Amino acid sequence: MKRGFTILAIVTGLLLSFALYAALIAAPTERTMGDVQRIFYYHVPSAWTAFLLFLINFVASIAYLIRRDPKSDILALVSAEVGVVFCTVVLITGPIWARPVWGIWWTWDLRLTLTLVLWLIYVSYLVLRRFSTSSQTAKLAAVLAVFGALDVPLVYFSIWFFRTQHPSPVIGNGGSLDPRMAHVLLINWAAFLCLGWLMGWTRYRLEVLKREVEEAQALESLLEGAR
Amino acid sequence: MNSIHYLYAAYIATWAIHGTYLAILVRKYSRIRREIEKLKK
Repeated sequence: MKRGFTILAIVTGLLLSFALYAALIAAPTERTMGDVQRIFYYHVPSAWTAFLLFLINFVASIAYLIRRDPKSDILALVSAEVGVVFCTVVLITGPIWARPVWGIWWTWDLRLTLTLVLWLIYVSYLVLRRFSTSSQTAKLAAVLAVFGALDVPLVYFSIWFFRTQHPSPVIGNGGSLDPRMAHVLLINWAAFLCLGWLMGWTRYRLEVLKREVEEAQALESLLEGAR
Repeated sequence: MNSIHYLYAAYIATWAIHGTYLAILVRKYSRIRREIEKLKK
């Protein structure tokens, strides 16, 4: 387990360094936006990683509601927390990119607004988990996560179904991204996936430890009361 | 502001967010380790 974690940490470090080099130096400069377009290599992979983590949160929450397995509950908590980190990156890098390209930091465009709502839903989820003392917290959080996940496809498909300020998809159906740029994008996504996995793994172990400590403390105070 | 500054700002912001989260995890780990040491005594 420890060896696997070390290997993942090394691979993540190497991938992130190479991805940074690819994004800043190896990728060709975009004709109309110039160098500022390179924000794309951090903005888009962060969004994809956040979506994936929220999907894991959705599946783990359903699993928890069905089986009441604490492991699913921990996985749901961890994926939401790391997902919020990546979603925060999206919400910060987006306006920094928009300012020189659109001339504004923010607009209440459908995709931008839905992404902000998505972030707020998962921040509420984490606040509920952090401050609620009810024994039903895990169940309530799982229900919130199931409803919250409905926003993910809305964010993703909003640029297909509605006219928005946000650019249309650049890869996949109808995409016109330069293959060299697509490679750099995928390298950065792989690096962010590894980083997300590393963060998630660390957070999962921490949560397991925390619950074990809480159990031991409860047992200790019970024994002290019996003396 | 030159457009290259926006690029640097975005990359620095990304690493600041990830760095802050990693620092929070390290702090949580030290707190749990302290609790474990207290339980061992």
